[in-house]
Formats: sequence, structure tokens, C-alpha cells
Amino acid sequence: MYEYLLTHPFLAALIALVALALVFGAVLGYAAVQFKVEGDPIVDQLDELLPQTQCGQCSYPGCRPYAEAIANGDAINKCPPGGQATINAIADLLDVEAPTLDEEHGEEAEVKTVAYIREDECIGCTKCIQACPMDAILGAAKQMHTVIADECTGCDLCVEPCPVDCIDMLPVASGLSDWKWNKPPAVVENFQLIASDKQPEKDGAAA
Amino acid sequence: MRKIWSIPGGIHPEENKSQSLQLPLGEVALPSELIFPLSQHIGAPAKPIVTVGERVLAGQKIADAKGMISAAVHASTSGTVTAIEDRTLPHPSGLSGPCIVLAADGKDEFAAFEACEDYLSLDKAVLVQKIREAGIAGMGGAGFPTAVKLSPRANQPIDTLIINGTECEPYITADDILMQTQAEDIIKGTLLLAHILSQPGRIVIGIEDNKPLAIAAITQAAEGTPVEVVSFPTKYPSGGEKQLIQILTGKEVPSGALPSSIGIVLQNVGTTVAAYEAVRFGKPLIERITTVVGEALATQRNIRVRLGTPIHHVLAEHGFAEKKAMRLIVGGPMMGYALEQDDVPVVKTTNCILAPTKKEMPPPRPTQACIRCGMCAEACPASLLPQQMYWYAAAEEYDRLEAQNIMDCIECGACSYVCPSNIPLVQYYRAAKGTMRQMAIDKEKSDRSRKRFEFRQERIAKAEAEKEAKRLARKKAAELAKQKQEADKAAGVQPSGHTAKADIVATAMASAKAKQATPEEQKAKLERAVTSAEGRLEKLQQRHSDADGDMKERLAAQIKQAELKLQEAKDKLAHFTPVPTAITTVAADAPAATADPNDPVAVAIARAQAKMTMAPDEKLQANIVSLTGRLAKAEEKLAAAKAENSDKVDALQTGVDKLKEKIASAEQELAELTPSAPTATPAPEQDAAAAAIERAKAKAAAQANLSPEDKLRDQLTSINGRLEKARIKLEQAQAENTDTVAALQLGLDKMLAKQDKLRDELRALNPNAPELTDQPATAAEVAPQPAPTVDAATAAIEKAKAKADALASMSPEDKLRDQIASLETRLDKAKQRLAKAEAEDDPNLDAFKAGVEKTEAKLQQTKQQLVTSNS
Repeated sequence: MYEYLLTHPFLAALIALVALALVFGAVLGYAAVQFKVEGDPIVDQLDELLPQTQCGQCSYPGCRPYAEAIANGDAINKCPPGGQATINAIADLLDVEAPTLDEEHGEEAEVKTVAYIREDECIGCTKCIQACPMDAILGAAKQMHTVIADECTGCDLCVEPCPVDCIDMLPVASGLSDWKWNKPPAVVENFQLIASDKQPEKDGAAA
Repeated sequence: MRKIWSIPGGIHPEENKSQSLQLPLGEVALPSELIFPLSQHIGAPAKPIVTVGERVLAGQKIADAKGMISAAVHASTSGTVTAIEDRTLPHPSGLSGPCIVLAADGKDEFAAFEACEDYLSLDKAVLVQKIREAGIAGMGGAGFPTAVKLSPRANQPIDTLIINGTECEPYITADDILMQTQAEDIIKGTLLLAHILSQPGRIVIGIEDNKPLAIAAITQAAEGTPVEVVSFPTKYPSGGEKQLIQILTGKEVPSGALPSSIGIVLQNVGTTVAAYEAVRFGKPLIERITTVVGEALATQRNIRVRLGTPIHHVLAEHGFAEKKAMRLIVGGPMMGYALEQDDVPVVKTTNCILAPTKKEMPPPRPTQACIRCGMCAEACPASLLPQQMYWYAAAEEYDRLEAQNIMDCIECGACSYVCPSNIPLVQYYRAAKGTMRQMAIDKEKSDRSRKRFEFRQERIAKAEAEKEAKRLARKKAAELAKQKQEADKAAGVQPSGHTAKADIVATAMASAKAKQATPEEQKAKLERAVTSAEGRLEKLQQRHSDADGDMKERLAAQIKQAELKLQEAKDKLAHFTPVPTAITTVAADAPAATADPNDPVAVAIARAQAKMTMAPDEKLQANIVSLTGRLAKAEEKLAAAKAENSDKVDALQTGVDKLKEKIASAEQELAELTPSAPTATPAPEQDAAAAAIERAKAKAAAQANLSPEDKLRDQLTSINGRLEKARIKLEQAQAENTDTVAALQLGLDKMLAKQDKLRDELRALNPNAPELTDQPATAAEVAPQPAPTVDAATAAIEKAKAKADALASMSPEDKLRDQIASLETRLDKAKQRLAKAEAEDDPNLDAFKAGVEKTEAKLQQTKQQLVTSNS
């Protein structure tokens, strides 16, 4: 047999290649079954980046559906609560050019807001409770409702259904706990090649 | 002397320490107003425990620690609390925060402090609690609650205690003067802390070698104690926690971890003294030593100052020349922050108030571009790459900053100090760190939001699925029932299907009857409807005459509608009378039914009787009546339509024709039916109603044949059945503890009374009659049937009736014999039940026993009667 193969190199090569193909095929087949990835990892990653307000401004019923839509090729600039930062992050992830926010879906809010129920006026209709995607409104039928401010994402969805318009979107109070240093102004603004030439005049006078 | 290590980088700025050391430690006069921020430490703000207007003494606690990582606040002099409000805080943000404001009364009365001579014999937990109560927080600058640092986790044994006397920042000499003046206290405090930390193997006080007087004083005080005094070359920032640990032990604190994770606790000398005083003298943290320095001041020195003293008061005492001052800084020139207002107070962490002149500290030179010289990297004590971090911070690439370990930056400012381009590097890092912290918080929140949202979706889906499943189950059950019914019909098996159906019909009738008011009320209701319709019409007409244009047309339409309604109501009122008479005839026909309209048994009978009287011919008649009514109405409408020449005329005409046809057919049917009516018992519809009619008819017939005695007996039987049911209901109510218990009890009592009355009557009518009818009641007492529904009750009635009939045809002797036999079987049954109850330890055991005894007695009695009647 061996002798025979030696004399027929073409056949030998063929046998060797077929053997290799079978081995690798088996390995790949095994790996495909054993290391199968459940779900869509890109959707998970996109979902991580979205702000999870579940506000529906992107016209999808929640952040995950929008993540799925992006994974299927939808535009990445439909998320006003996330703003430009989210768009940039998604663009980074997908390695595409970062577009600006699509104004059709709303504008990026300057300040974060939370819903606040004027409790005196609440009639206890539970409509806002049903609308809240976060289960962040507490209350029962004919009982006063209130918002758990920590859980509220400021999605606005409870404002519309309120029959007595007793829900306000208040800006989140900023205090010491979320204070941070400002970033210094960009260097370019001040840029001079020879700084001493442009010293403030006062200093020159003092010297 | 031990080996000392070195830290990477570091700088040697001008020390400027001599200015404040020329004068001895001074004091300032008490201010008239003191401000105590509730958050002078890292962690949760303290919670005020005083009210506005309350008088407090020096050293009295005015705010309590809230939560684990928090510190109490004490009044530093006696006076009155004038406000608890937001005041500007000594913080780089210049923001306001809650503060307790105290108006000093100048008496400076102290609260009684609880001194403790032998504090080392106290339990460690007690000592830590004392330190916590004294409100001590790190006095080096960060303000971390000391008590927390002194209670390390059980799995982190502390082997080194380091006392920080480094004070590496320029200008500041507060710790230096403290070491010079209170060396003894520092050593005692160190030993106290060592005791609390279970005597770590190494106790070191680290002092930079630019403070020879302090080193001498501490070395002298430490003689004979295990405290080691180590001095090392001056370099900024050796005084940083991680840096000092590295210098003294050679160990590096892991990134993101606390020193306790490598068995080290580090405390500032000031904190050490405060802890000692708190434990030894019971004195809370109400004052501290602060360096007041800067060329803009007439006097530069260290002072012992009460916490809460406004900085402008301190400055005024030191001859502050505002014009000369470039700015006001709290802390050192490297890490301190500029104050925008001087009305902020001195707090636990205020180690220096710096008022430099412009010459002393010129404004920062304009920033230039980074030339990538790399000097910042050489200066960085944390071995980071400031230049890289600068690029990323400027570009806001937070992932890369993370990768550069920006969180390990101690913000010492060494890189900014060495930067030839005057780039405010630290400010970039601080901004980036703040943003990253915020991002982390946002991320956490969004993760939580996602979880909540997903959970909500899941919950809704689950509820939906459950609903769907229930719906399917109901559908299936309905289908099954239908199939079964059809099968039964096909097999000719009537009774099984009919009971269920009869049930439904019975309840429906009962509810209808309950709803049905008396004829008078009904009539009144109809009359009211007519009046209200009239009123409405009038109002509308009024408005119509007032209105104009569009409104007028709309109102006209409304008026038409109202007119129709009024007509309808009037019709109803006109046709009203026949209905109640029908009901009354039914009621007259059925004396049993009059007993209690709410009782389902009676209602069932009434229902059957009503159906019976309504039977085919009457039903048809009623049908015809109603059809005629409808015809009349339809004709009216037709006439109206014709008058208005509306396009509905045709439709109405066909409607009228159809109605006429129907009436004709119904009349024909009636004519066909009438001759056979009396015998038309097997009605065409083989359903439950028919069966019930039959049964009720039979009953009515039987009733007619009954003697008064039998009637009474019959009634008694029925009341027994009802009694049984009422008892079960009562029991159920008691079990569920509903509030109807009382009402049910009342009903039961009433029924019992009725039963007694009936029995008496029966006895009066026939003294010889055995008390047969008492039996079912006893049976009910002995063993209430778990679910005697209406059917069970009706069945019982039938049975009793059959028995009554049989009895009527028997001789007295036979009757008695029969009774004895029945009593015997009943007794057997009762005994069996008793045995079972005993086996199961039933709570009704006594009742069962009583029942058995009663039955036995009765049996005896009946036997006696038989004997007498025989003789």
C-alpha cells in the first residue's frame, strides 16, 4: 500500500487532503454545536449602549427593539435621550461614521428630568401606572399615586395619559453629590507660539 | 533606623513653611455666628437633632451620624440655633448645602464631658463608638470618618499602623506645630489607635525631614514606647496616603483598593490627637489647628480655631488686606481650592487658609500646546502617563482613560507644576474623572432600568398567557358541556342535564325577582321616567328657542329624540298594569312561594309555577300582547315618518307588515293550542323548564289533595330543608369570618321559631302524630351535608312529600312501624358518622354525640307508642 502510494503521488496527495478535510470538518462541526452563541451578541452590545429610558421616541417599543432594528440596518441617530454621546458610541461599535441626531425623533434634552405627580390633584386613575415602562409609579385605583424618582428615567410617557394633567417633568436637582470640575477650555483658543509676546498688558506694566 | 523606600516622581516646590512658624500657636476670638455644615466628611450628611431656637452648649451634639459612613457634628461654643438652612459650603463648587447656624452667646459654656482615665481597659468596640460619637473625621484633608477606618474587616488583619506627620504641601504647618506642642498626646493617641487595632506589629510615625523640631519632640515623647519615628527626605507629595505607605513599607496599595487590604491603617497626627482627646476626656471634635498664611495677611501663624468659625472672621483677626490678595485658597497651593466667598466656615478638614498676593502666586500663565516633553510622566508619583491621559481627556475618550488607570491619579498637581506649557493637567483629569463617575452611575441606573423593564415585559406576558389559558379552558369546558348535553339528548337521558340547567334558570329567576320591585314601585318608576322626559323636553325646547344656527338644528334633533323617549315612557306606563297582575296570580297560586321570596327553594317553586301558568297558551298570549304593543308603536312611527315625509317610510312599512304577520302566526298557534292546552304537559321543548313545570304541577296537585295536617307537615319538611341550608351558610360565614354572621344567625333563629310554631300547630291538629318532622333537623344538626344545593333541597322536599303521601295511606300502626324502621336506619347512619368523626377527631364530635343520643331517645319513644297503640 505504502509502496503503491509512493509511486502514485497524486493519489497520495488526494488521500491526505481528503483526510485533512474530514478531520477539520469534524472539528468545526463539533465547535459549531459546542460553542454555539445564543442570541445576537451585537444586539446585546447595542442594548448596553442605549440609555434604557424605554421612551419609544425612536418609534420602537423600547430600547432593545431599537437595538435589534439597528442590528438589522436601521439608522443609529434616532435616540434623543442618549444624544450625541450614544450615537458616537454606537458608531464606534459598528465602525460607521457618526451622524448627528435625527431631529424628527426629538431633541436632546439639556437637563435630565424626572416625573413628578402633584399629589393633591391626582385622582387615582392608574393610567400613568400602566404607561410607565419602568414600574416607577406607585399607587392604586382611587389612591394617590407617586413617582419613585430614583427609578424614573424621564421618558415622558406618563404625562400624556394623565386625565387631569397633574404630572410635571421636573429637572433633576443637581447638588454636591453630582458636582464635577469643568473641563478647562481647549488649548487652541489660547494658542500662541511665543507666549511671552502675548502676556497681558497689566503684567508688563507691573514688571 | 529602618530602611525607607522612595516614591517615583515627585517635585520640590518652594516650601514656604517658615512664615507661619514665626509666631507661637495662637487663638482667635469667638465669632458671633458659627456655621456647621452637615457634610464636613466623606459619606452621608449628618442628621440635625436640634431645632431652631434651641440653646446648645459647647461640645453638645447637634447632628447625628446617618448611616455607617458618616460623622456627627458638635456645637463648638454655647449659643442658640438660629437656622438650619442652606449656606455656601467650603467646597470647590461654591455650592450651598444644609448647615446649622448658631448664634454664640459669648459665655462659651461647655457641656459636661465624660472623661475616662483607664481607657485602655475598655472594650475596643466601646472605644470606636466613642470616637464615632465624637464626630472625628480625617483631619489631613479628605475627611474620611475615623471610626470606619478603625473597624477593619475581620478578614483583613492590620499589621502596620502609620501616623502621618508628613505635611508635604507648601505653606502648611498645622501638623508641624501640633507635633511640637502636643507630642505626648500624639504618642498616647497612637498607642490608643494601636490598642484599638489589636496592637499591630509595626507602629510608625512618618515625618519629613524639614521639620526637625517636630521630629525631636516626637522622638522624645516616643521613648520607651513601641512607636517608631521615621524621618525621610522632603519631597512632594510624600504625604499622600499611598505614597507614605510606599515610603515607609515599600508596599504599594493595589489599584482601586484601600490600605487595609494590605494590612495597613494610616491616620493623620491631628486625627490621632482628636481620637485621644475624645476617649480620654470625652471631648468631641470642636476645634482644630489651622495655618493662616499668605503675604496678604498682617499676621501669619497657626491658630487653634473653633469649627464653624467663618473664614472672614479669621481673616479679619489676621489683618487681611483684600486689595493685596490675589485670591483666597483653602488648603495648600497644590491641592487646595480657591474660594469665591469668604463667609464659609472652618470645617474639620480645613488645614490651611492661604491668602497669597499676586506676586507670591502669580496667575497661571497662558496654556500652550503640549510639546510631549514627558516631564509630567517623570513627576507623576503614581507612575501614570499624564501626557496620554491629557490627550484622551481632551478628546473625551473615556475608555482609553480607563485603560490608562486615570482613577489611580491622586490629583496631586505635580504634573501641572512641571509642565512647561502650563497645561492645567489636573483640571482635565478631575473633569474626566467626574464625568466617568457620572457615567458609571448612569450605566448602573440604565442597567437597573433595563432589568425593571424586562421584568415588567415578562410580567405582562405572563398575565396575558394566564388569561389566554383561562379563556381556552373555559371554551373547552363549554364545548365539553355542549357535547355532553347533546349526547344526553340523543340518549334520552333528561334528568342529569336538566338539574344543571334548572339551577341556572333558578338563579336567573331569583335574581330577576330580586330586581323586580313591587308593582307600585315599578309604576312610580315609570311615572318618574315620564316626568323627567317631559322636563327634558321642555328644557330642550327652551334652549331651542334661545339658540340659533347650527346649534338650533342640533337641538331640534335632540328634541325629536326626547319626544320619542317620552312617548315610549308613556307607552310603558300605559301597558304597565298587566304584568304585576300576572305576578300576583302566580303568587296566589303558590302559597309556598309567598313564604320567603329570597329563599331559592321557594323561588324555584315559584319559578316553576310561573312557567306552568305561562305554559304554551299563555305564553303565546303574552307574546301576542307584546307584539301588538310593538305593532302599535311601529305604526305610530310610520305615521310620524309619513308626516315628515322621511325616507324611512319604506323600512318602517316593511317592519309593520312583518309584525302583523308575526301576530297572525302567533294567534294561529294559540288557536291550535288552546284545545289541547290542559293536557299539553309534554311541551315541545324537552328541557329543564318543562320538567320543572311538571314537577311543580305535580306538587301543586299533591298540595291540593293534602289534608291540613299533611300540608303543615309538608311545610315543616320544607322549613327543615331551609333550616339545614341556613345552618350551612352560617357555618361557612363563621369559617370565613364575614360580617354577615350576625344576620345569618338572626335568620336561623327566626326559622327555628317558625319550625317550632309549625310543629306546635301540627301537634294541635293531630296530637297522636309522631314528631316525624323533627328528624331532618336533627340530621342536619348531626351531619350537615357539605353542599346541599337547591337541588338537594328540592329533592328532600320531593322525598318528604312522597313519604307524606305514603303515610297518609297507612294505618297508624304501620306508620309507627315505618318510623321505627327509618329511625333505626338513621341511628345506624348517625353512629357510623360519629365513629368516623371520632376517628378524625372532628370538632363537631359533641354535636354528633348529642344527635345520636337524641335519635336513640326518639326511637325508644316511638317504640313505646307502638306498644301503646297495639294494646
